[in-house]
Amino acid sequence: MPADGDLNLTRRDVIVIGAGSAVSLGLVSQAQAEDMIENSENADLSISSVVEMTVNGKKCKFLVDNRVTLLDALREGLKLTGTKKGCDHGQCGACTALVNGERINSCLSLAVMHDGDEITTIEGMGTPEKLHPLQAAFIEHDGYQCGYCTPGQICSAKAVVDEIRAGIPSHVTDDLEGEMKMSPAEIKERMSGNICRCGAYDNILAAIEDFAEETA
Amino acid sequence: MRAFSYTKAKSPQEAAQATRNQTGVKFIAGGTNLLDLMKNEIEHPAHLIDISGTGLDEIKDTPDGGVRIGAMVSNTALAAHPRIRRDYAVLSRALLAGASGQLRNKATTGGNLLQRTRCPYFYDTNMACNKREPGSGCSAIGGYTRSLAVIGGSSHCIATHPSDMAVGMRVLDAVVETVNDAGETRSIPIEDFHRLPGDTPHIETVLKPGELITGVTLPPPVGGKQFYHKVRDRASYAFALVSVALILQPDGTGRVALGGMAHKPWRSRKAEALLPEGASAVMARLTEGANPTHENAYKITLAERTLAGLLAQAREQ
Repeated sequence: MPADGDLNLTRRDVIVIGAGSAVSLGLVSQAQAEDMIENSENADLSISSVVEMTVNGKKCKFLVDNRVTLLDALREGLKLTGTKKGCDHGQCGACTALVNGERINSCLSLAVMHDGDEITTIEGMGTPEKLHPLQAAFIEHDGYQCGYCTPGQICSAKAVVDEIRAGIPSHVTDDLEGEMKMSPAEIKERMSGNICRCGAYDNILAAIEDFAEETA
Repeated sequence: MRAFSYTKAKSPQEAAQATRNQTGVKFIAGGTNLLDLMKNEIEHPAHLIDISGTGLDEIKDTPDGGVRIGAMVSNTALAAHPRIRRDYAVLSRALLAGASGQLRNKATTGGNLLQRTRCPYFYDTNMACNKREPGSGCSAIGGYTRSLAVIGGSSHCIATHPSDMAVGMRVLDAVVETVNDAGETRSIPIEDFHRLPGDTPHIETVLKPGELITGVTLPPPVGGKQFYHKVRDRASYAFALVSVALILQPDGTGRVALGGMAHKPWRSRKAEALLPEGASAVMARLTEGANPTHENAYKITLAERTLAGLLAQAREQ
């Protein structure tokens, strides 16, 4: 595996992911995996499915236990551990990833339901060498302490700015039919699905405002 | 989570038909509530039918001037739809008051109606719960009841319905459209859709096994000033302690529905007829027969004050 954790998956790579108590079968050889997919006596296809999705621009194919969430598929299968498991019940937002450009809680979505989808995780937004402007803004404004919620915060923030620009209203929008504002109140309300136990909220807000201004 | 088989249906009819001769089958749409419950083994389907590819994701005008919302339309898409914002603002507001941006992107119109209670005793599998395990008793009664129902409950269950969207739809007289495993369709007024707990709190709606929600129809717009005010323990991303949906006409008449109070959105035409007399008169009638505990009696006061606040706000506009 390359030092940066990038698996460089190709279209022909096949991964087998199990469930249960978060047990991952991890990577098996391609021949083994294809054999499992093709021979149902080796893989119980009544409780497993083959899924193809594009993750951070790379196509990949899984044989996945139906119980596996998108979050576990990303972390345990693709070893993309940037997306974090916080509560695993859609309450904290640490698992936020972008699916076809929209933010979702990847812990509350089955991998099997993402056949054909395009997934973007924090690894797909920027790299240590080439940071996404939001990542740079979070560093600039110290938008974290422990950093565990940060990948989810950044994926969510990207979608928040897009949602405001797309004219999607929020709970604090005064005029439902008016122009949406990139105001602190709007950003805070829209980021409420991302909890930061360290309480770096003021700095997270500053980072998002900065990013929105720079990219306006 | 227990193992299950999975298929993806191509049409609503195919999905409903696929339930035939199957036990433990569930439809899955956004999955935000069902998966949570499956992780806790409160729900344990043997087979999931994915309805996300059934073409139920459109919002269309109806010939009479209303709107038909497909069951798979996300809460985000519905709240942001130009016609909903313009003509059914109470529904946009209710949707935007619920959950988080991430959840609203996945949560669907049909799924939200079938959202299950957030009663802590329902979620805790060590506790007795007639809803989770019929006949096991209700640990909530005599337990910590601050968030639970004050009206419409029974000696078997005092859970509340958690949806904001359903309260907005209740005040708009929405109609739930379904198809069953024989391909037959029916239209259910939302008033009749959710059941009170009675002695079968595990049966929450009038849907029959294998019956699939295909959409929700809103009647032509009724105009008026529309409000949805949700009171909760934090400013965002929390379930309602109490919520009030209000449509107020220029002549002072209107409609009121409450969330967070009962096993279903709570509304009474006799009560809302008293709107010109003010919040106290409406709420006295609307909460007639209430059976609160010392921990949740505050909800009745809170609902009345919330309504009074909205009426004052409407006068100022």
